[in-house]
Amino acid sequence: MMASIGSDILDIGTRRSAHQQDQDNTHGIVPTCMRLGEPGAFDLPNVADPAAFCRSNFASASGNKDSGQEIKFAKGTTTLAFKFNEGIIVSVDSRSTMGAYIASGTVKKVIEINPFLLGTMAGGAADCSFWERNLGMQCRLYELRNKKRISVAAASKLLANTMNSYRGYGLSMGTMVTGWDETGPQLYYVDNDGTRLHGNLFSVGSGSTYAYGILDTFYRPDLTVEEAIDLGKRAIYHATHRDAYSGGINNLYHVTKDGWKQIHAIDVNDMHYEYVEEKKNAMQD
Amino acid sequence: MSYDRAITVFSPDGHLFQVEYAMEAVRRGSTAVGVRGSDCVVLAVERRALAKLQDPRTIRKIVTVDDRCTLAFAGLTADARVLLQKTRVEAQTYRLTCEDAPSMEYLARFIARTQQKYTQRGGVRPFGIATLLAGFSDPEHGEGEGKPVLYQTDPAGTHSSWKAQVIGGRNSKSLREFLEKGYEDGMKEKEAVKLAVQALLEVVDSGAKNMEVCVIRRNETITMEEKDLDEVVKEIESEAEEGKKGGATAASGDE
Repeated sequence: MMASIGSDILDIGTRRSAHQQDQDNTHGIVPTCMRLGEPGAFDLPNVADPAAFCRSNFASASGNKDSGQEIKFAKGTTTLAFKFNEGIIVSVDSRSTMGAYIASGTVKKVIEINPFLLGTMAGGAADCSFWERNLGMQCRLYELRNKKRISVAAASKLLANTMNSYRGYGLSMGTMVTGWDETGPQLYYVDNDGTRLHGNLFSVGSGSTYAYGILDTFYRPDLTVEEAIDLGKRAIYHATHRDAYSGGINNLYHVTKDGWKQIHAIDVNDMHYEYVEEKKNAMQD
Repeated sequence: MSYDRAITVFSPDGHLFQVEYAMEAVRRGSTAVGVRGSDCVVLAVERRALAKLQDPRTIRKIVTVDDRCTLAFAGLTADARVLLQKTRVEAQTYRLTCEDAPSMEYLARFIARTQQKYTQRGGVRPFGIATLLAGFSDPEHGEGEGKPVLYQTDPAGTHSSWKAQVIGGRNSKSLREFLEKGYEDGMKEKEAVKLAVQALLEVVDSGAKNMEVCVIRRNETITMEEKDLDEVVKEIESEAEEGKKGGATAASGDE
């Protein structure tokens, strides 16, 4: 059942919404934005400048400034991904915050687009999950039309183009699209301004600075699989340790030529005690 | 009751007359032959007699669509220009969106889809051209290299892959039979060129200046020089002479 936001906030006019409901034979089951073939059309605030309206009322979604409004968007996170000789490691946390309130400790921030493509989520949770699922649909259509899997470059380009067309509308999304295609392992960073960067190592979110510290120190392309998994795990741990907006469970995935595989889902608190032990043992030696 | 006015209307016996008339326009065009070898594709087109004052370099019937895709057409030249423009833009759009070259199959499908669109809308007429698309396909899963492919599209909007095909000209049916007889799998470049030129010589007056031959190799596309073409033509003609003479002596020997 579609949870509808009252028509006083999203004022598309009661006559029009009633008219739409009449026409709509999927009656409330499928919201307009999810109908097949219609690229996410969604209602905008009925004001002169929707982007400014979003900025002033839903802040920290479309910019860094906090306007001190009541509803703060979920944004704090740490996600990271890096490419090495044996594939790609994707490691994320699972905390969702609204201001100082921890809304959830069990958010799935890795979106499985298809068995060979993964997307990470940072920024507005709804924007990320919606547009990445939309990307999944476009990737599937590509496969059906062209009888071959889509390349990571093309998939990330489709997402970046979508973001570009909604530029200024207040979307908030900082994602990494990664997978293994004919050209090998590939990693792209895509965000809501339409930025698209190809690289070997990225970290996105409020805890990314802490993660970069660990990653930049210990990253090598010739890591073994165990070392890489340990690096991804450790980087998330350090980020969650210091960043208030990151925490919960570390979900780690490994992408190889046969597709992605989830390696573990470990609570970062357990990791803390593991590393405390490790430090103690190191001191005693 | 004339059913050939608006093309969106079927006739009672299931014909779309405008599409069939478009195919007739293709038949009035000059012949184009395509032959697929084991490591190349050959496109040979008939070059109709030019007016003395005309610059032959401005009439090109074999054109590039994309880096690795060459096209020959038969029918209305103006329609070809428009369709070609659309296809070139589509190829570049694909390169921009997918960061990769479009496959031959994709381009053939696009041309066919565009031609079909114009058979199902009011106020427009179908494109009066058939095309031959030559190039190399994407490598299949597990293989290192793609294979040579030859696609044909027609005004109805269908596309299909051929080993050898001829479009345009009044005698395309008999030429197709000729190609069927002469075609062998795994032909190298020399033999493929010879077959294409032989087929074209059936409809064209002898001489390299009446035809244009393009060879699409894996890494390059070349247009054959007149002198090389002259040699091939001479070789074919001398073989034909020997064939005739041999037949005559055999006949006399059989008494």
